[in-house]
Amino acid sequence: MFLAYHLQVVNLLAALLLLISFAMLSQRRITGLVTLFAWQGAALSLSTAIVAWSTGQHHLYYSAALTFILKVLAMPWYFYRLVKKLNVDRDVEPMINIPTTMLIGIALVIFAFNLALPISQMSGTVTRSTLGIAMASVLLAFLMMITRSKAIPQVIGFLAMENGLFFAATSASYGMPLVVEMGVALDVLVGVFVLGIFFFQIRETFDSLDLKHMEKLKEK
Amino acid sequence: MNTGILLQIAQTLLAILLAPLLMGWVNQCRAWLQGRSAPPLIQPYRTLKKLFHKEAVIAHNASPLFRFAPYMIFACMALAAGLVPTLVNDLPFSPAADAIALVGVFALARVFLALAAMDIGTSFGTLGARREMLVSFLAEPALLMVFFTASLISHSTELPTIVETLAHKEFVIYPSMAFAAVAFWMVSTAENARIPVDNPTTHLELTMIHEAMILEYSARHLALIEWAVALKLFTYSALGIALFVPWGIAPHGDFAALPLAVLALLVKMILGGATLSFLEAISAKVRLFRAPEFLGTAFLLGVLGMLIHFLLEV
Amino acid sequence: MPTVSLSDFAPVEYAWAGVLFWLALGFSALFLQRLRGLLALIFPLGALGALGMAGVGLAALMGAGSAIVLPIGLPELPFHLRLDALSGLFLVLLGGAAFGVTLYASGYFRQLDTARLALMALWFHLFLAGMTTVLLADDAYAFMVAWEVMALSSYFLVTTDHDQPDIRRAGFLYLLIAHVGAVSLLLCFGVLQGGDIGQMQAYTFEYMRSAELAPFWASVAFLLALFGFGAKAGLVPMHVWLPEAHPAAPSPVSALMSGVMLKTAIYGLLRVTFDLINVQEGWWGTLALTLGLVTALYGVIFAAVQADMKRLLAWSSIENIGVILAGFGLTLIFYTDGKGALAALTLTALLYHALNHAFFKGLLFTGAGAVLHATGERNMDKLGGLMRVMPWTAWLTLIGALAIAGLPPLNGFVSEWLLLQAFLLTPGLNQPYLNMVIPVAAASVALAAALAAYVMVKFFGVTFLGVARSPAVAQAHEAGWRERLGMLWLAAGCVLLGLFPTQVIALLSPVVLQLTGQTLVNDGSWLMLAPVDAERASYAPLVFFAVVLVTLLLVFIWVRYAYHGRMRRADPWDCGYPEQDARMQDSAEGFGQPIRQIFDAFMRVERETPDPFDRHPRYRGDSRDKLWVLVYQPIANLAAWLSDRVGRLQHGRIQWYLIYSFATLIFLLVFVTR
Repeated sequence: MFLAYHLQVVNLLAALLLLISFAMLSQRRITGLVTLFAWQGAALSLSTAIVAWSTGQHHLYYSAALTFILKVLAMPWYFYRLVKKLNVDRDVEPMINIPTTMLIGIALVIFAFNLALPISQMSGTVTRSTLGIAMASVLLAFLMMITRSKAIPQVIGFLAMENGLFFAATSASYGMPLVVEMGVALDVLVGVFVLGIFFFQIRETFDSLDLKHMEKLKEK
Repeated sequence: MNTGILLQIAQTLLAILLAPLLMGWVNQCRAWLQGRSAPPLIQPYRTLKKLFHKEAVIAHNASPLFRFAPYMIFACMALAAGLVPTLVNDLPFSPAADAIALVGVFALARVFLALAAMDIGTSFGTLGARREMLVSFLAEPALLMVFFTASLISHSTELPTIVETLAHKEFVIYPSMAFAAVAFWMVSTAENARIPVDNPTTHLELTMIHEAMILEYSARHLALIEWAVALKLFTYSALGIALFVPWGIAPHGDFAALPLAVLALLVKMILGGATLSFLEAISAKVRLFRAPEFLGTAFLLGVLGMLIHFLLEV
Repeated sequence: MPTVSLSDFAPVEYAWAGVLFWLALGFSALFLQRLRGLLALIFPLGALGALGMAGVGLAALMGAGSAIVLPIGLPELPFHLRLDALSGLFLVLLGGAAFGVTLYASGYFRQLDTARLALMALWFHLFLAGMTTVLLADDAYAFMVAWEVMALSSYFLVTTDHDQPDIRRAGFLYLLIAHVGAVSLLLCFGVLQGGDIGQMQAYTFEYMRSAELAPFWASVAFLLALFGFGAKAGLVPMHVWLPEAHPAAPSPVSALMSGVMLKTAIYGLLRVTFDLINVQEGWWGTLALTLGLVTALYGVIFAAVQADMKRLLAWSSIENIGVILAGFGLTLIFYTDGKGALAALTLTALLYHALNHAFFKGLLFTGAGAVLHATGERNMDKLGGLMRVMPWTAWLTLIGALAIAGLPPLNGFVSEWLLLQAFLLTPGLNQPYLNMVIPVAAASVALAAALAAYVMVKFFGVTFLGVARSPAVAQAHEAGWRERLGMLWLAAGCVLLGLFPTQVIALLSPVVLQLTGQTLVNDGSWLMLAPVDAERASYAPLVFFAVVLVTLLLVFIWVRYAYHGRMRRADPWDCGYPEQDARMQDSAEGFGQPIRQIFDAFMRVERETPDPFDRHPRYRGDSRDKLWVLVYQPIANLAAWLSDRVGRLQHGRIQWYLIYSFATLIFLLVFVTR
């Protein structure tokens, strides 16, 4: 009845992933968000490595290494630098207050879990029960994007969504073909750089990184 | 049966006697982390002795409830200490109250303390009572959620059965208990008036939650309440140990495992006290109106733990 | 001479005799206005009648059911009365609570002038008689007649002080919603009788029990019953009359309304759903569970921000009704899923909670009434420090407050414990969403319970503890011996219901058996309550109580023996501010401010704050129900608009009225002769 130990560790890491997604929803400081994102990447790469070891799919080792380099080392470092340069390390300023956000988050988790149950029965992988957690992480990251009006938390939400999708891919189908993963990783990396440049422009124009100011750009 | 009752009384007395020592150890660790020298480990005992010798000074308008409350609070905490398995599991008293009743015992003590605080009619007493009830209205359900998660795994709300399931079945990692552990830490800081919810060493009345409620107490009443607070911290630590690291507690009727149980308890309490001070040292006290958010997060983490149980562990 | 013994009469006949006794007492009060001495006996006699009624209920619980047909009523539908286990339990509830409250009322109303006292006696006993007949009724006509008597007599009781416009308004709102509910109940009975409109016999409950309804019509009947009984019980959104009517009524009446009348609605809902409808649907339970939880949370949040004692208690009643209804929903869910044993557990929890609520809410309202009587103030901001002046009232009300907060070892804890155990057993359900969602629902019950403790600390602390906030307290006096006796009875009920749960559950089992077909099996002993399995959960309140008491005494004796008991009095700690006065302590609104701040999305907060240049600065804060603005005002505006349109028919010109009559005549001639 009880799973083998390495699978229990994968389950534990999946639960940690969800915990971090929730913690991101309730986190108030931007540097805290970046740190949580780094931890999420670490949990993700560790769980991918364990799945690679237990199922013998070697290309997953490369995915794990890529995830580690990009999402635990490169991007958080880049974000820390960005935050320091833009001087925005302040409160996140959510649009609806944090307790309500978390209640909506719980509703999304219940929805995702119920949605995932029939799908995970169809899948053939050993980690299929974590599909619900992956979907829940995606939805929670989306919620974070919706309820934050500052630029950097929105981008982190987008990246966390990508983390969730990656985890869904590994748990449902042992990852995507390596070429696809490299392509996605490159896209994300380039996107983050471009967004960084945009942040400077936005700050120049509006003197603040609050995206509500973008509404001024619309035509009357 | 008779040895069971003797063990039960011994376990409760041990908890009562050791609680100030745990408080002293936590203060010691905190002093080390803050780079200063601490008072000796037995200082809390000396404080209690000093307080018991003093003459009680009671406000003119205090009612009998004020003088009755410290005894009631101490009795409730002693009852709680007797319920939580620290050394031996499944003692004769445990069928009388399960985990939900344990939460009820804590609530009973808290209500009496809040009422006693309101009794004198000064601003500090009512301030403390109001803040304490604010913190507890979310902390109590969060604690219940932690117990519910544990009870879903062990199919029981009886503490002995929970401990037995978690300790003596195969070593399984329960992700839902990971969530419950985080929630439990958050709740225990709220209930025991530790950072990040309340600063136990503050002298500024407007920043107090728990201290403000006991400002009017002196002498033996204050001694009983301070002892009850230490006992509550001990009970919460024992509860955390029983739920999350229960290996080492002697099973029912197994007296040969007692010395190992005592040793395990001491080691776990030392580590637990050190961890508590460490976590206190790296956190800052939250603003009072962020405390409901903090505890709301604990509550929702508890709920998440239950949901994870359904997904991953059924 | 043939001897007549007590057992010649069926319990239902005793119950009916009790009803007639109360009616006689009520009407005779009108004629006894000259004899003040005899008039003063009416209420105590009524109390004895209540005690007798409780005894009859007990006999019905322990024996078999009985039914009679009375020669009054419609020509083809005389009054059918039946006393089975369900009615018996609620009769015990009514009798037990009413005994304490009527005893209290005999002291409370002593100082009224004769005319008012006579009228009060009339309506009070009519109210009691009406509620009992609702519990006994076995056909739709008797039920509706009794329901109307109950509503009208309570309306007259609510508007006793009808010279105040607020009270008139409260009475009107109460009557309006009561009648909207009554219309819904009539329609429900119409659906239940299965469509055979011509036959009068179809309106007896006996016929309805055997009628086969299509699932659609069964659901319609259930929804109508939920709406009708929910309006009387105070479900959100039909709850708006409760916080207005309960404070407006005199305190013994509020105690009866909160403690007993709301339970007749629960009785009605149980009767219709489990007894009269044959096949239940699962989604009914989910609907009731959701509504119940919303009501519970809504009620307790608003209770926390009230400054008026009786409004606070009224909102707290709404919370408890929500909990009872959540239990009802869960029972339905288990029952329709085939889990009879779990349905029995949940039904036991809900019936226990109803019984508990009658006692502790009755106690709290009578305590509040004693305070109101002594000080003339209902606003907690003008009270404080009453524990020294009214010690009996204070300590007895403390028992009630601790009980309603759900603290062991009193009775509120037992029913909440049973309900939480039932929630924890839901993972065994077959339905995917529900077995995940219901433990989350358990979280809401726990939250409501924790907030209830907050509300009770506020209520008791602000009213009885601290320092007097106004001179009204100085002239307060302790309640009379009759009031104290009534409160003592209710407090004893709270304590006994809390310490002996196994015996109470044994009493409840005939009802549970009748409704769900199974009973709750206690796996423990007389001392220990273990609802499903002793390994799973158990609770022994007597042991709990004994240990706390023994520890208390031991510690007290040890401290006195090893040290000393010296004490001296001094001024309280003032932190260097020498001018501490009564206004430095929390006001009622201040104590509820954190809850108001957290939950302000549900309330319409109106605040009037002084500015720095005010010569007489004033602060006024009011938290109002948003549903009033969102739901009721639009409906009221719509009704006014419609009436306005229809009112256009009334021209005042005779020609038009003649034309109306002429047109109706032509219409009838054309269509009747077809």
